[in-house]
Amino acid sequence: MLRYTVLRVLGAIPTLLLVIVLAFLMVHAAPGGPFDDERVLPPEIEANIAKKYHLDEPLHRQFLRYLGGVVQGDLGPSYSYRDHTVSELIGGALPLSLHLGALAMLLSLIVGVTAGTAAALRKNTVLDRTVMALAMTGISIPVFVVAPVLVLVLAVYLQWLPAGWSGNAGGARYLLPVVSLALPQIAYIARLTRASMIDVLASDFIRTARAQGLGTIAIVRYHALKPAMLPVLSYMGPAVAAILTGSVVVEEIFGIPGLGQLFVRGALNRDYTLVLGIVIFYATLIILLNLLVDILYAVIDPRVRQR
Amino acid sequence: MMSLGSTWQRLRQNRTVMICGGLLFGVVVVACIGPLVSPNDYLQTDFDNLLSPPTVTDMQVFGTDDLGRDLFVRSMLGVRVTIVIAVVASAVSLVIGVIYGAVAGFVGGRVDAVMMRFVDTLYALPFIFFVILLMVAFERNFLLIFVAIGAINWLDMARIVRGQTLSLREREFVAAARVTGVSAPRIIFRHIAPNLMGVVIVYVTLTIPQAILVESFLSFLGLGIQEPQTSLGALVNAGVNQMEGAPWMLLIPAALLASILFCCNFLGDAMRDVFDARHTA
Repeated sequence: MLRYTVLRVLGAIPTLLLVIVLAFLMVHAAPGGPFDDERVLPPEIEANIAKKYHLDEPLHRQFLRYLGGVVQGDLGPSYSYRDHTVSELIGGALPLSLHLGALAMLLSLIVGVTAGTAAALRKNTVLDRTVMALAMTGISIPVFVVAPVLVLVLAVYLQWLPAGWSGNAGGARYLLPVVSLALPQIAYIARLTRASMIDVLASDFIRTARAQGLGTIAIVRYHALKPAMLPVLSYMGPAVAAILTGSVVVEEIFGIPGLGQLFVRGALNRDYTLVLGIVIFYATLIILLNLLVDILYAVIDPRVRQR
Repeated sequence: MMSLGSTWQRLRQNRTVMICGGLLFGVVVVACIGPLVSPNDYLQTDFDNLLSPPTVTDMQVFGTDDLGRDLFVRSMLGVRVTIVIAVVASAVSLVIGVIYGAVAGFVGGRVDAVMMRFVDTLYALPFIFFVILLMVAFERNFLLIFVAIGAINWLDMARIVRGQTLSLREREFVAAARVTGVSAPRIIFRHIAPNLMGVVIVYVTLTIPQAILVESFLSFLGLGIQEPQTSLGALVNAGVNQMEGAPWMLLIPAALLASILFCCNFLGDAMRDVFDARHTA
């Protein structure tokens, strides 16, 4: 187990490096400099600015300097928020986004697994078909379509829920953003759970349990659920990536001052260092979570460790 | 390998394929000829006719937007962008994915291991953020968006094609080609590639909705197609800002986008059932 964990951790390092190199090169391949849009400055001042941000050094030097900073958690200064470093900006916006993302993930797991299990137990009935049709709808409709339509119906017409973030207090303002983020993931998890639950329920050890007279609920809870969760567990990495992507639009739609909004603002303002920093942060987060999922998988399923 | 005729027969018998395919075909036809038939133009602003709801007069069946531009023509232009992205992105992912996967599968051994390890590494990357980075670094260029989106989607294709090639290269007809001295590239393109078609078609149908989704996501954020050009994502974004006074500006492009994606996904699933025996079992 330890050997497996060490190998996995070592395997993640090249991926992380690749991320940083790719992202860094993309930004530096951009035509023009980050300060080209501003009024024309005397050459001495331009040289000073370039020196301050180390833009006068050769590319590999700049990269090593940047990499050294990243390792220490320093992502450099922001180009558009002049008094802040990128790390400060990320740190300020992160808690809110984490909060939303974690709630959405929790909601999608609970609802998705329940719906998928129910569909598997009632395979080929009206219930199963309804759940699967709803799941297909959930997968097909993008977050940025679901969210505004929910706002239009539930907040503007019915006025049950607050539409925006600022100016509203309390838990109700979490409801629409979290549900919009969770819907596609609920759909994916329900499909995955249904498929693997059907497989597991058809296996011999379940037949044995049934023969011993165990009820359906006990069978699912004590015997089928754990093996059926393996595909769902390996979907957690992509799910986190999808929720991060979704949070970018959800925060934009609801006006939530989180990391996603910071990212979009940075992208529209061409704040190179901010966007670069957030991309590296997101990628690191996703790679680390994938790593965690891999290790958890090995904890649950000993067969994986043997490889 | 199924013959073309029997494949068509099986597709025809599948209700989902026929309904979704028919709907998509209808949307494509309307998007192609609609703007030509309509008396309105996508750029023409009309300040006496701002935010007017859908009517039959002047063929403004979808109403107008906040600048008085005809929403029907603009939506259909958005659908055209969607069609182009579907074609270009799937072509890019098809070419890269098939070549990469077929080479890895055919050569095998250490080359295969290294090539697939590279694909695994790329899988872990949140590509959409890289595409946004690319959009920030370079001018928001139409072609760049398309190629970038195609470049995201080749990974699945490469994996599938590699798997198929691995089993195909053990077959007698490949051995026969080898014995008669046919070169490796020729075996890949003339003998293996045609046999991959069934799987490739299925996975192309499955990548199309993903490509459409990415493009509309970028355009929604203002990082994709730029004004005065438009796409369904950009139209949804404009609709969000006007949703209280002019809900049709949100609902019409949203419904169009959702139904196109829905049909594509259903079609892809159904095609997989028809072509891929493992999934029907």
